Amino acid sequence: MAVADLNAATRPAPATPFQAALKDAALVALVAMALAGPIVGLQTVDRGGSLTVDARFAEVAVGIVIVFFGRLGLALSDRGLRLPSYGIAAGLAAAGFLLPWPTDLLGVLAIAAGAALVIRGLAGQYGAHRQSKAALATETDEEKADRLRRLFTRGLGFLLLAAAVLLPMMPFANSYILDTAIRVLTYMMLAWGLNIVIGLAGLLDLGYVAFYAVGAYTYALLSKDHGFGFWGALPLSGLFAASFGVLLGFPVLRLRGDYLAIVTLGFGEIIRIVLLNWTNFSGGPNGIGSIPRLTFFGHPFVRNAPEGVVPFHQLFGLDFSPLHRSIFFFYLILVLALVVNVFTIRIRRLPVGRAWEALREDEIACRALGINPTNTKLTAFAIGAMFAGFAGSFFATTQSFVSPESFTFLESAMILAIVVLGGMGSQLGVALAAILVIGLTEAFRGLAEYRMLVFGLGMVLIMIWRPRGLLSHRDPTILINSGKGVRP
Amino acid sequence: MSAPLLKIEGLHAAYGAIEALRGVDVEINEGEIVTLIGANGAGKSTLLMSMCGKPRPTAGRITFEGRDITGLATHQIMRLGIAQSPEGRRIFPRMTVMENLKMGAVVTDPAFFDEDLDRAFRMFPRLKERQGQRGGTLSGGEQQMLAIARALMSRPRLLLLDEPSLGLAPIIVRQIFQVIREINAEQGMTVFLVEQNAFHALKLAHRAYVLAGGRVQMSGTSAELLGNEEVRAAYLEGGH
Ligand SMILES: Nc1ncnc2c1ncn2[C@@H]1O[C@H](COP(=O)(O)OP(=O)(O)OP(=O)(O)O)[C@@H](O)[C@H]1O
Ligand SMILES: [Mg+2]
Repeated sequence: MAVADLNAATRPAPATPFQAALKDAALVALVAMALAGPIVGLQTVDRGGSLTVDARFAEVAVGIVIVFFGRLGLALSDRGLRLPSYGIAAGLAAAGFLLPWPTDLLGVLAIAAGAALVIRGLAGQYGAHRQSKAALATETDEEKADRLRRLFTRGLGFLLLAAAVLLPMMPFANSYILDTAIRVLTYMMLAWGLNIVIGLAGLLDLGYVAFYAVGAYTYALLSKDHGFGFWGALPLSGLFAASFGVLLGFPVLRLRGDYLAIVTLGFGEIIRIVLLNWTNFSGGPNGIGSIPRLTFFGHPFVRNAPEGVVPFHQLFGLDFSPLHRSIFFFYLILVLALVVNVFTIRIRRLPVGRAWEALREDEIACRALGINPTNTKLTAFAIGAMFAGFAGSFFATTQSFVSPESFTFLESAMILAIVVLGGMGSQLGVALAAILVIGLTEAFRGLAEYRMLVFGLGMVLIMIWRPRGLLSHRDPTILINSGKGVRP
Repeated sequence: MSAPLLKIEGLHAAYGAIEALRGVDVEINEGEIVTLIGANGAGKSTLLMSMCGKPRPTAGRITFEGRDITGLATHQIMRLGIAQSPEGRRIFPRMTVMENLKMGAVVTDPAFFDEDLDRAFRMFPRLKERQGQRGGTLSGGEQQMLAIARALMSRPRLLLLDEPSLGLAPIIVRQIFQVIREINAEQGMTVFLVEQNAFHALKLAHRAYVLAGGRVQMSGTSAELLGNEEVRAAYLEGGH
């Protein structure tokens, strides 16, 4: 692709944009053929002990056709021919759904290419719109753009919230959908928590899952061995995770960038390995099971409750349904996630929140303004850890089982991916990224081992098109009323 | 004469093995504008920064208002009433002008904010117009104004400025120097000004030090130094 771009840039002005795009696409298809022909097209197969080479020309041919149209769409889009580009996108997506493909993956690729074209086209239009605005640049224009963007963000945010609130009432809301939504929200909450650490304070924490684990295990032990209820164990787990954050943060927050990342990565692994090996305490690899399930303020979600306990459905005179529990969990995690979100939005406007962001921009300047960087970072670290602890509690009570397996580095990487994709610091961006990442990994579950490949591909594509994440815009924490002073 | 507001005695500072300051003595009295001039690499910025705790002095003593501040952490020193507009301005580029000013006021009582903001905007009306604009999109001159205004938001007793004229057009330089003069005359602010632009700096300041190779080579009133042959030859000829 880069090769073709270069050519496009250095070539003298072509006859028509359409011809140029065609030529561009053909060139890229040629490159794809050269690459894919031997790599994909020829497959060695073990047949009766001897290796033979199988040709897979159909797959290669189809792949190259997809590449050709994909590139054509991109090239057209770049040359301002957006409508034809959207047409190609629609064609690719439709073909992906309807045609019988040699392998499923190719169909998925065609759909993905179509989606990518649409995203690229929209991003381009938005950029062009911005540029035409910038052409008449006065600061009121920037402010106007800011206001519009805020309006858009807020609108989309409320839309998402409304959709979330209504989701369990939809006729299609079965237990699979609800469980997936709960997963999405759990990751959203974790990502919002990590966003405080990475997005606002700029501390690359690769061991965030450690605090999730601390929260989950604290909850498990408190509720199972010490008879704490959910509302008692939840804050305690959060606080305990936060203390862990302080404990870890204090020695390492003097480190910068890469060093901090490595140390936190190590810390995440240490916690997991301790949990794995300290059998007396944590149950080792077997984990801790039969953690008391969450009840609705004392009313369990069971068909037949023991003597003297009124189950949830009787309390409300409903028929028993296993969905009730899922719905309650869904709303609970929704509320927890929203708490994190609202907290983050608020604290950004307080001096400490602003200091986090300033610290991320320029630590030396911050020192010069009298800010104690270590303490400031420590608060971000501790608060992020606390939210992970809350999420861990929720995880423990919904699963009623915790084991070290749930807290591997992959989890940290997933949460990190959501934060980075979301645009580091953007609350709405993180929410969208959580839906996208968890949604996609669910949607591609059928692809089994290809799933992570598609996930990686998606990440790469998004990083190419939106290198700063889906929504990278930073909103000011203070709104200016032209000439009228400050509104906090 | 009363004790100086800030007193530096025999200050040494080093970056690893490189010794950038080799025994510097400087005094700054309350209400003065003192300038520090010298060639590139003379150690001017190093002196200013080590007054703020980084690099930490390896020897010598710094007292501020009679209190020994040598070895304190930067953020502690800045809370005692010293503010700086650092070399290269270092405003927060993604934050708006207003947010930058708020950052300047983190160590002060919020009750003063409105009053201080008002004063900052009177000094630099341009900043008022641009209060919603992001720091990174300001012009160089505006950024310098913001850096000074931000420093003043902490209500310092001593203002340190490192090359405020760097990269600015002469007319903007004059504007900025005029503001420094006003801050000093009207508010009695003590200013320590590091400058390459020796002529303007000497015109503005009451007293001056010339730094060379990490040592004070010369000092005196600005008028004396302006009239000094060596200074003229080294720092003023061919200048402005
Ligand atoms: N962070 C650093 N690490 C190592 N050496 C440094 C560092 N900062 C400055 N130096 C060295 O210390 C000496 C003094 O530098 P300093 O920045 O104080 O000079 P200056 O007088 O401010 O010069 P200029 O007018 O160019 O800003 C120089 O030799 C410089 O190379
Ligand atoms: Mg300097």
